[in-house]
Amino acid sequence: MLIRGRVWKYGDSINTDVMFPGKYTYTVTDPVEIARHALEDLDPAFAAGARPGDIVVGGQNWGCGSSREQAAACLKYLGIGAVVANSFARIYYRNAINLGLPAITCPEAVAALQHGEMAEIDLERRMIRSAAGEFTFPPLSPTVLAIIEAGGLIPMLCRKLGTQVPEGYSKWSEGGG
Amino acid sequence: MGQTFAEKVLARAAGVPSTVAGEVVDARPDLALSHDNTAAIWRIFKGIGQSRVKYPERLAITLDHASPPPTPKHAQNHAEVRQFVAEQGVRHFFEVGRGICHQVLSEEGLVRPGMLILGADSHSTHYGALGAFGAGVGRTEMAAVWATGELWLRVPETVQVVVEGTWPAGVTAKDFALRLIGDLGADGGLYSSIEFTGSAIRALSMESRFVLPNMMAEMGAKNAVILPDEVTLAWVRARTGEPFTPVYSDPDARFAAVYRYDARTLETYVACPHTVDNVVPLSAVAGRRVHQAFLGTCTNGRLEDLAAAAQVVTGRRVATGTRFLVIPASSQVYMDALRHGYVATLMEAGAVFGPPGCGPCMGNHLGILAPGEVCISSANRNFRGRMGQPEAEIYLANPAVVAASAIKGIIAGPNDL
Repeated sequence: MLIRGRVWKYGDSINTDVMFPGKYTYTVTDPVEIARHALEDLDPAFAAGARPGDIVVGGQNWGCGSSREQAAACLKYLGIGAVVANSFARIYYRNAINLGLPAITCPEAVAALQHGEMAEIDLERRMIRSAAGEFTFPPLSPTVLAIIEAGGLIPMLCRKLGTQVPEGYSKWSEGGG
Repeated sequence: MGQTFAEKVLARAAGVPSTVAGEVVDARPDLALSHDNTAAIWRIFKGIGQSRVKYPERLAITLDHASPPPTPKHAQNHAEVRQFVAEQGVRHFFEVGRGICHQVLSEEGLVRPGMLILGADSHSTHYGALGAFGAGVGRTEMAAVWATGELWLRVPETVQVVVEGTWPAGVTAKDFALRLIGDLGADGGLYSSIEFTGSAIRALSMESRFVLPNMMAEMGAKNAVILPDEVTLAWVRARTGEPFTPVYSDPDARFAAVYRYDARTLETYVACPHTVDNVVPLSAVAGRRVHQAFLGTCTNGRLEDLAAAAQVVTGRRVATGTRFLVIPASSQVYMDALRHGYVATLMEAGAVFGPPGCGPCMGNHLGILAPGEVCISSANRNFRGRMGQPEAEIYLANPAVVAASAIKGIIAGPNDL
């Protein structure tokens, strides 16, 4: 399972207010429109420029601040393949995993990856590759892995409850490019 | 090996004899909070083929984040929340104007020592002030809680923060929260359970205590707690007759780290733009021009906070060119402040009151800033764009500093008046 795309690299302590401003949280509900506001106050060029499979790279405490799920969902809806960071704020991490958006902690890769370059992530082999080299990231916990493998908490829950996975809720591996 | 508060509460909620930090458990929350985001959670819930909430009696819902609704879209969102409440028979529902979720649930006696409370709000750490385990979660996982009554949680390591000694005059729990976040950083408590203890913590009023667990969301904590003492128990018992069992860490519980502070060495602090851990002593930023002073929020919008502000502004006027917004955290706070005369004092000084709720804290309404403006606020977050305007600046401080700054039109402390 490969994720391949351009790197969008940002700094430390990037908070959810700049990822998806609070003024939109109760009024912008359509996935396409949520994606259009992705990282709006951090990088106005991001939403228009990002392509499916691209990789977002952050520093320490990526996604600190509010619990708003749109801060992770906006990336998922844009087709972003994964977020790689030095560390994640805990609710952001949960939201990403629960949405089936791989959130990978790998400081070595963060240090090496350059904004705009092409990179590749092999989830099974826990490997990030770029022109700078290959970086191995630590195994995900069995619980987290099970959720990602199911495509998110929703598909996992649907299986448990014996209900239909909602239409359009594609597995990241299919939609991630 | 003894167990921590977090290990014990999560063991009880997961129905297992014990847990250990690092373990992942399926825990059943005693209370599940959502607010204006309830309608969005409902859409996810329906999307997974669910029609009935498994335990509607465990839900608590407030309308507080954009309340009263500023636009037709916000009004429609509230209408959907009310439809959900009616359809599912949610008893613990609090309408527009009742106040901010964390304050209201506490006042209503829904928060009791030893409970596990999950909230679709990052400041759900708040409930630790009453000896409960409160943690924030996202929308999708709240839909999962509604459907199954449980959620996966990693048992956090516990960090102990010990504060001994007496508080210098004018130094508040908010100042200590800012100092701690400044010292340890915005990720200084990442994934952790923060446990506050020591004589200076015990000396705090119940109202002041709420500030500490609330603010620990800004340090990345999963939950934060002040273990119950007679102050906590009296406060809870005055509000509910429901039984509860306080939970305490064992004397030989294992802490990942212990930080010690002497309250006598603390001073008044301000968090500068645009991060909560960008903390300096008040003197370092005093004199900075202020366009708006905002007193309110779940962090510092209680009676004690309005009292502190009223004392500062008595007989004085808000500076020309500065506006002073006061938004009580709840209708109860508002009524108590009226009875005590604080509302009259603040309004005579030129303050404007907003309806109980979150106000402009997260940039929805009731006090959005213009480009280039500076706000001093008693809230918990000063991120770029937080109050609706990326080209504005937000400074965080205690209520007396907010009030004094309103009077002077520049960042100032009560002693500068």
